[in-house]
Amino acid sequence: MPSDTPSDALPITVRHVTKTYGRVHALDDVSLDVKSGEFLTLLGPSGSGKTTLLMVLAGFTRPDSGSLKFGETEVIRTPPHLRDVGMTFQSYALFPHMTVAGNVGYPLRLRKVAKDEIARRVERALETVQLGGFGERRINQLSGGQRQRVAVARAIVFEPRILLMDEPLSALDKKLRDQMQIELRQLHEKLGMTTVYVTHDQREALTMSDRIAVVNKGRIMQLATPRDLYERPANRFVADFIGDSTFLPVTRQGDTISFAGQPLVHTAPAPDSAELALMIRPERIVLGGGTEGANRFDAHVSEVVYQGDSYLMYARLKDGSQIALRGAMRGAGDLPEQGANVTLTLAPEDTILIDGGEG
Amino acid sequence: MAALGMNADGLRRDERLERLRLFGLSSPALLLILVVLVIPVGWLFYVSFIGANGQFSLENYERMINRSSYRRIFFTTFQVSFLTTGLCILIGYPLAYFISQLPAKLANLCLITVLLPFWTSLLVRTYAWLVLLQKQGLVNSWGMSLGLWDEPIKMVHNMTGTLIGMVHIMLPFLILPVYGAMKAVDADFMKAAANLGASPRKAFWTVFFPLTTPGLFAGALMVFILCLGFFVTPAVLGGGKVIMVSMKIVSNIELFVNWGAASALGVVLLVATVAILWVASRFLNLDQIAGGGH
Repeated sequence: MPSDTPSDALPITVRHVTKTYGRVHALDDVSLDVKSGEFLTLLGPSGSGKTTLLMVLAGFTRPDSGSLKFGETEVIRTPPHLRDVGMTFQSYALFPHMTVAGNVGYPLRLRKVAKDEIARRVERALETVQLGGFGERRINQLSGGQRQRVAVARAIVFEPRILLMDEPLSALDKKLRDQMQIELRQLHEKLGMTTVYVTHDQREALTMSDRIAVVNKGRIMQLATPRDLYERPANRFVADFIGDSTFLPVTRQGDTISFAGQPLVHTAPAPDSAELALMIRPERIVLGGGTEGANRFDAHVSEVVYQGDSYLMYARLKDGSQIALRGAMRGAGDLPEQGANVTLTLAPEDTILIDGGEG
Repeated sequence: MAALGMNADGLRRDERLERLRLFGLSSPALLLILVVLVIPVGWLFYVSFIGANGQFSLENYERMINRSSYRRIFFTTFQVSFLTTGLCILIGYPLAYFISQLPAKLANLCLITVLLPFWTSLLVRTYAWLVLLQKQGLVNSWGMSLGLWDEPIKMVHNMTGTLIGMVHIMLPFLILPVYGAMKAVDADFMKAAANLGASPRKAFWTVFFPLTTPGLFAGALMVFILCLGFFVTPAVLGGGKVIMVSMKIVSNIELFVNWGAASALGVVLLVATVAILWVASRFLNLDQIAGGGH
């Protein structure tokens, strides 16, 4: 079983899982399918239930009701030590009384693997996370990034078919985090195990995931690919949580949807709800007249901020609502002065209408 | 080059003044330690080398080596200390584990109960055991009326009584550092062990227990050292059958008015204690006796 061929991964099936703490629904009738070999991220604010869901998958939290299957096997009542899933913890949870090799070899010793086989597999796992030769180090001799890698090595060394990761990068500084995101993603492609990843960092989720489940108040608000999530959010919560957006109130008359009396041109159909809002991403709305057939808005510049690679502009539309606009500095020329009157353009494909009610 | 040394002399003088001021502030405490610790201990060493004729002599130490009664006393002292420490570990570790697993409110209540005996005098507690364990005591009368045993069991004025009393008094000294060490074990460690395939029992022995042994060592060391110099409890509950070093010191002074012999015993006890602490400090962090945890 060489580790450079993907082990056969298992799909995860979650059905109607509910967990309440007193009156609070930590998980409210959650159903979710994680495909075999998929990298799925649970994304949400703190207290949304994403960690509770991961703890249910690992077996540390017992739900009130529901079903959980790894492949065809029902595991909802299986204790954690018999679930055979790998997991990394936010705190890394590396045992301080063991060396690096002691930590990584721990799951193998529990499985009664022969000694020389353990040594071989530990070294190979450490090489996989680029820590070859670190086996004899003590945990307190390692940097944060190295600890993170040891935690990953320990979670994959027994070749589990499912890997759970609880905010693994949150304790690292930004530069290392960016680098580890790429590394973890490459590792997933190499090993191919079904991975459920928990984070509150939307950029991290967008960077790493095959699909993202946005979690709020114990429910899954939307499950989609990063691009669909960003460009076609299902509701106001998702649109607000992922990326920066401004929401403008719009009115519907028959098939025509208008903002401040101005009919809007849009390619994607509007959702079938009573309350609608126009979502504007700062980098999708453009300064200037633009092409024919686009939506144009007259605006009054209230502030311009130079940010090196880009500029950020706040402008007031004629109905009084304020929107943000971000443009690249490259080719921008002179920026408009504060108080100037400008025209802003929003292409029909970037004119996204969403359910305006609070998700 | 004048700019390089700007104000250097003045700054150096400020530094020196500041240090002097700090020393001045701590001098009352240093004086106190000198008066109540250094001088008496020095005096103790001095007296131990004075023989019966008032001259310098090693007779007080020679007696300890030559007389078998002294050897027996040292043996008993270490025996009682070892047994008490062992029993404290057997009772205290599981108890500390139990308390550490309780919800915070209940755990605090339990810890207060553990500390409660400290609020009553040592003498009272020891005599209470005498009342409970004697021939017509509560334990014997209940045991017999319940039919557990027929004849009164001798539980005081012997080793059994001494150990019961000492374990009761020493238990908090073991429980507190162990409890501290247990609370310092990150809950994620146990989760990680389970996730990696360890049954609860396996996780306890491979992760939890090794991580709490420093606290256990610290507590055991504390108990052992306190036991070495213990007087009241063995004197009352041992009934003259369990003679420890401290009791011999008392009899040397009260019965024989032999300060030299008493001082020599004190010196040996002190040196033994310091030696044990020194050896122990090479293996563990002595901070844990005081603070627990890391």
